[in-house]
Amino acid sequence: MDPYSKRKKELPERPPESTRPSPFPDEVLELVLGLLKSNKDRSSVSLVCKDWYNAESWSRTHVFIGNCYSVSPEIVARRFPKIRSVTLKGKPRFSDFNLVPRNWGADIQSWLVVFASKYPFLEELRLKRMTVTDESLEFLALNFPNFKALSLLSCDGFSTDGLAAIATHCKNLTELDIQENGIDDKSGNWLGCLPENFSSLEVLNFANLNSDVNFDALERLVSRCKSLKVLKVNKNISLEQLQRLLVCTPQLTELGTGSISQELTERQYTELENTFKHCKNLDTLSGLWEVMTPYLPVLYPACTNLTFLNLSYAALQGLELANLLRHCPQLRRLWVLDTVEDKGLEAVGSNCPLLEELRVFPADPFDEEIVHGVTEAGFVAVSYGCRRLHYVLYFCRQMTNAAVATIVQNCPNFTHFRLCIMNPGQPDYMTNEPMDEAFGAVVKTCSKLQRLSVSGLLTDLTFEYVGRYAKNLETLSVAFAGTSDWGMQCVLGGCTKLRKLEIRDCPFGNAALLSGLEKYESMRSLWMSSCNVTMNGCRLLAREMPRLNVEVMKEEGSDDSQADKVYVYRSVAGPRRDAPPSVLTLSGI
Amino acid sequence: MAYEGDLNLKATELRLGLPGSDEPKKQASAPSIRSNKRASPEIAEESRTRSNSSASIAENGDRGIDEPPAKAQVVGWPPIRSYRKNCFQTKQNDAEGEGACMYVKVRVDGAPYLRKIDLKVYKSYPELLKALENMFKLTIGEYSEREGYNGSNYSPTYEDKEGDWMLVGDVPWEMFICSCKRLRIMKGSETKGLSCL
Repeated sequence: MDPYSKRKKELPERPPESTRPSPFPDEVLELVLGLLKSNKDRSSVSLVCKDWYNAESWSRTHVFIGNCYSVSPEIVARRFPKIRSVTLKGKPRFSDFNLVPRNWGADIQSWLVVFASKYPFLEELRLKRMTVTDESLEFLALNFPNFKALSLLSCDGFSTDGLAAIATHCKNLTELDIQENGIDDKSGNWLGCLPENFSSLEVLNFANLNSDVNFDALERLVSRCKSLKVLKVNKNISLEQLQRLLVCTPQLTELGTGSISQELTERQYTELENTFKHCKNLDTLSGLWEVMTPYLPVLYPACTNLTFLNLSYAALQGLELANLLRHCPQLRRLWVLDTVEDKGLEAVGSNCPLLEELRVFPADPFDEEIVHGVTEAGFVAVSYGCRRLHYVLYFCRQMTNAAVATIVQNCPNFTHFRLCIMNPGQPDYMTNEPMDEAFGAVVKTCSKLQRLSVSGLLTDLTFEYVGRYAKNLETLSVAFAGTSDWGMQCVLGGCTKLRKLEIRDCPFGNAALLSGLEKYESMRSLWMSSCNVTMNGCRLLAREMPRLNVEVMKEEGSDDSQADKVYVYRSVAGPRRDAPPSVLTLSGI
Repeated sequence: MAYEGDLNLKATELRLGLPGSDEPKKQASAPSIRSNKRASPEIAEESRTRSNSSASIAENGDRGIDEPPAKAQVVGWPPIRSYRKNCFQTKQNDAEGEGACMYVKVRVDGAPYLRKIDLKVYKSYPELLKALENMFKLTIGEYSEREGYNGSNYSPTYEDKEGDWMLVGDVPWEMFICSCKRLRIMKGSETKGLSCL
């Protein structure tokens, strides 16, 4: 019996047939609207009329909540009674860089409690930057008998004990994706907690766990799970062990290897080569920790159909990357370390004509005496060869305005342009001028730009350009930039589609903050830290805009009047009640 | 952060430059290149102060060693997620450990250039300190847990994986080997400052 069939009693009274505008029975409308997958479309649909609003609410099975404090679980459950899949994001993004106190909040438990009663048939939970305790994981495992997919990205608060609870109790698990979390790795045998006859797993990712897993249990698991498509192991899995796993999983589409660092005999090398020859279905390859580069060629046969290659843990040199890329003709996305240097990026330009996304991470971000890494030349080389490039994340130690202008001329389709010149406030190293013209070129040329991160020495002119030209911009990240309030005012006034604005160490004060009064309700959130905003400015904002939550985090030893870190976000749930003492909620009545 | 301008903290800054040289004023010179569009002189001044102070103060307000401003221990900068940071540091130490040698730079206050030594050659602190004394023709003295290196003008310090400057000798030798990224032998009045902590 459909547990939700009692809805007819709960809906508001339907007007009589003759006055109802819609010719369709509710069920037909729901069936049609049920085919809509995009949340944006669903939001539009829900605004048409009451019937459509209700039909959309009843037919929605997946809800995405970009800020867990913007709404309460009760409100969500009231509006969407048939949810089977939830995606929740918690802390502000700058928590990834230690700018948010540890006990800030975003605890999943209060959500789980409501879900247990309103969505007992919940199947999927995807969390990003939430606090998840072992108790919550156990609660999840015990209260949702249909639970299938758990994905935790950048979460904290749990240990491998919590994973053991999931493994033990979730009989229908298809996905266990544990990425990049602050996990308390107690080792232990969580993997062995999966029952011996358990075989439904399709996705298993434990790449960022540091401790050993029970390899025998893993091998048996992998051979039982014929539907396994994604397997990402951690660095403690050796090459030999990986080979044993791969023999059981020719159907894999995504593979994260362990470390490629042990010595191999010639026979082992050949066996490994043969194993990879059979991995013809791979579209994603990652891992490659501590890779011993003479062994890279074993991977070549597996690269024919690769579209995503993640080498961001492998300290390759340029030549090694070049050799590898020659075997990856289908590459769309590439992540590398800057150990490949400009030469490596030239090889990217030459070998990857279909490339759409490039991320270059710094191998040694905190060593100021480093003289290598990548420069503007590497980026320019990529832009000449990869005309379809639309997503870039680039960490470098030098850049010029001219180079960026060339880059966007070659690749005008950027949707995501994230440039990090690692030395704060560094000018164009050839002309010694600010980098204003670089970002001016980006926003003038790339009309589809959705996300922008700026860096280097920047005056208000950069932000004038952004406000004037970046009409599709949704996310802007700013650090150590700007000259005065005017910069931020330009952005708030000009970027009509802005949703997320995060600012640190900029000379923007109360005038800038308050110029966005009308705007913040149309945005997801605003973050400002180490700027010139004061407590009074924040209090004024909170008073004028009661539907915004205004939160201030004070640092030890700072002036009473300074608002060190400010986080402003719209909410229909009112001020939160779970803030720790270090977070002051200034929200109005 | 607002109090920076008043307390003349410049006089008490720990600097890594050679005595008598000015620190490269990368950020201080930056405002002069900025456009004339400033709301008021106060904001420009404060922003310069602020950017210098962010560069030298870690999250809890502790004073880090004041490196050339742009490259110091700014919290959360560059924006790399912690799990990535930890990976690389482990990897680099492993790589250095597996090889036959482990060279680190050694800076001595007052010396015209740096030297490099291979930490793997030494098996203990006394060996290392003796080698440093020989190399630089100075006396470092005896380590004591309570007072650091008393009886001499020099204190050996090292930068660990997290970017903090530590006194050599506090942790077991094996742990020191794994976490030492570079050495600095501090001199004179700054040494006294350290032992007052």
